[in-house]
Amino acid sequence: MRPVTATVARPDMTTLRMYAAVAAAEFRRYATYRQAMVAAMFTNSVFGFLRCFVLLAVAGGAAGGAAAGYPRDRLATYVWIGQGLLGTVNIWSPPELAERIRTGDVVADLLRPVNPVMAYLAADLGRFGYAAVTRLVIPIAVGAVAFDLYAPAHPVTYPLFVGSVLCATVVCFACRYLVNATAYWLLDSRGPQIGWVAVSSALSGMAFPLAFLPAPLTTALYLATPLPYLIQVPADVLVERHPPATMAAMVAGQVAWAAVMLAAARLVQRRAERRVVIQGG
Amino acid sequence: MTVIDVRGLRKDFTVRVKAGRFRREARTVAAVDGVDLAVEAGEMLGYIGPNGAGKSTTLKMLTGVLYPSAGHVRVCGLEPVPRRTRLARRIGVVFGQRSQLWWDLPLRESFELLRHVYRVPATDHRTRLKWYRDLLDLDAFADLPVRQLSLGQRMRGELTAALLHGPEVLFLDEPTIGLDVVSKQAVRGFLADLRDAGDTTVVLTTHDLADIERLCRRLVVIDHGRVVHDGTLERLHERYGSRRRVVVDLDEPLATPVDLPGATVESVSADGLRISYALDSATAGALVARLAAVASLRDISVVEPDIEDVVARLYRA
Ligand SMILES: Nc1ncnc2c1ncn2[C@@H]1O[C@H](COP(=O)(O)OP(=O)(O)OP(=O)(O)O)[C@@H](O)[C@H]1O
Ligand SMILES: [Mg+2]
Repeated sequence: MRPVTATVARPDMTTLRMYAAVAAAEFRRYATYRQAMVAAMFTNSVFGFLRCFVLLAVAGGAAGGAAAGYPRDRLATYVWIGQGLLGTVNIWSPPELAERIRTGDVVADLLRPVNPVMAYLAADLGRFGYAAVTRLVIPIAVGAVAFDLYAPAHPVTYPLFVGSVLCATVVCFACRYLVNATAYWLLDSRGPQIGWVAVSSALSGMAFPLAFLPAPLTTALYLATPLPYLIQVPADVLVERHPPATMAAMVAGQVAWAAVMLAAARLVQRRAERRVVIQGG
Repeated sequence: MTVIDVRGLRKDFTVRVKAGRFRREARTVAAVDGVDLAVEAGEMLGYIGPNGAGKSTTLKMLTGVLYPSAGHVRVCGLEPVPRRTRLARRIGVVFGQRSQLWWDLPLRESFELLRHVYRVPATDHRTRLKWYRDLLDLDAFADLPVRQLSLGQRMRGELTAALLHGPEVLFLDEPTIGLDVVSKQAVRGFLADLRDAGDTTVVLTTHDLADIERLCRRLVVIDHGRVVHDGTLERLHERYGSRRRVVVDLDEPLATPVDLPGATVESVSADGLRISYALDSATAGALVARLAAVASLRDISVVEPDIEDVVARLYRA
C-alpha cells in the first residue's frame, strides 16, 4: 500500500514550493468568482466617487485648495488608491477562519503538517496576487478616467509602492488572523469583528487621510498601532507625500509591523491549540 | 511494535448550564474517562460505542487536535499535541462529517496540493494515486469541484486524500456515514485490501456494525468514556452468552424430543415442523447428525449470533 517507503524531504525548496502551490490554488479559486469581483468593483467605484467628491469639497474650502497638505490631484489619487487597496489589502475580509473555528472545520487545517498561520498566509498571498491585477488596478483606472490623478515623479516610487502594498497585505492578514482567532475562546467572534471594521476603517487612512486628525493622535497611531500601515502608508507612497527616503523608512516600518503581528498570530495560534476545544463530533 | 499507546487518557469538558434565572453553573463532563489502549502495527481496530460515548473525543486527542486533560498518549512514539505537525506526516485522518479537500477546486487539484503539503516525491505520489484511482474508481469524478461531489464520491476522495502520503496509521471516524449500500461496499472492500496489505494500522469508528464484522478482528467498545470491552467479536458473544442457532424444518413432527448435551431447544413452531436449537458446546454437525437419525430433514440453517443484538445488550448494560 505504501509502494515507496522513503519519503525524504529537502526542507527549503519543497517548503517554498508547497507555499507556492497553496498560493496558486487560492489564486485559481478567486479567479473562478468573476461575478463577485465585478459586483465588488461596481460598489467600490460608486463609493470612490462619493469619497472623492467629499474630500475635494473639503480641499476646495481649505486655504490654497490643499487639505492637510494634499493638493487636489493628490487627494483624488489618494481616494482611488484607497479604493483599490481596500480589496487588495483586504481589510474587510470575510471571517472565514472564525467560521471554521466555530463549526470545528478548522480540524482539517490542524491535521496538516504545516503551521496554520503560514498556510493561511500563503493562501492570502495567492488571493493578493489575483486582487493586485484586478481589484487594485481597476479603481485606479476608473479614477483616472473621471479625475485628474497625480503621476509619481520619482521612478523609485513604483517598486516602493509594490513593496508597500505587499507589506500592508501581510500586516492586515496578521491583524485579521488575530481577530478571527478570538473565536477559539469566544466561539462567537462578532464583537471583535465589528470592532475591527470600525477601528480599521476610521484609523487606517481608509475613510480619510490621517493627517486630518490632530498631530499627537496621528503620531500615536503610527508608533503604537499597525493601522496606518494598512492604507495610509502605501497610499502616501504612491502620491509621494514625503521624499523617497522618508517613504522608504515607512515601508521599513511596515516590515517591522508585519514581523511583529505575524509572530503574535503564531503565538496566539499555539496557545489556542493547547487550551482550546475543537468543536463538533 | 506498539503504534498507539494510551494509558489513563481523560478529557473533561466544562459546560455551562443554566441554573436559575441569571446564574449559570459550570459543570464538568468526563467525555473520556480513563481509557487504556495499545494498538500494534498493522492492526485494524474497531472503536465503537453509543452516541456521546467519547469516540470522536478520543480520536481528536490521538491525532493531536485536542489536548488531553490527563493521561499518557503516544502515537508513532510521538506525543500528539506538541508534535502535531510531525505526527501529521505519519498519520491519515478522515472525520466523516468534515472535509479536508479544497471545496472549490477539482478533486484532482486537491490531491496535487496535498502532494505539496505533505511533500511527497512525485513518483511516490503517482504510484499511490494510480492505486487508489483504480480501487476507488475515482476517475469518473476527479475533475469535478469537490462541492459538486455526492457524499459517497466525496468520501472516496477523502479516503484517498488521507492515504496519499502513505501514513503509518489511519484514523477513520464514521467513514461510511450516509453512504448507500454500493458505496459502503466499495469503502469496505477498499479497507479490507488495506488491512490485508498489512502495513497500515487502522482505527475505525462507526455505527454500522457490519463494517466492524467485516473488517475488524479486534473490537474496543467504550461507553461513558470508559472501555467496556476489548477483544474479539467472539469474546464479546461469549461474554454475553450469545449463541449460534440451528433451525431445522422437518417433514413430520418429532415423536419424542431429541436431547443432545450442549444444545437446547429455543422454540418449536405450533405445527411442530420447525425447531430452533441454541448451541452451547455442541456442534451444528453433531446436532444435525443426531436429528437425521430419527427424522427426515427438509431444510437446515445455521444462524450466526447477531452483532447488533450483542452490542445493544452491551450498550444497555
Ligand atoms: N466541545 C465540547 N464541549 C462540551 N462537551 C463536549 C464537546 N465535545 C464533546 N462533548 C461531550 O463529550 C461527550 C463525548 O462526545 P464525542 O463526540 O466524543 O462522542 P462520540 O462517541 O463521538 O459520539 P457519536 O457517536 O455521537 O459521534 C459527549 O457527552 C459530548 O456531549
Ligand atoms: Mg463522533
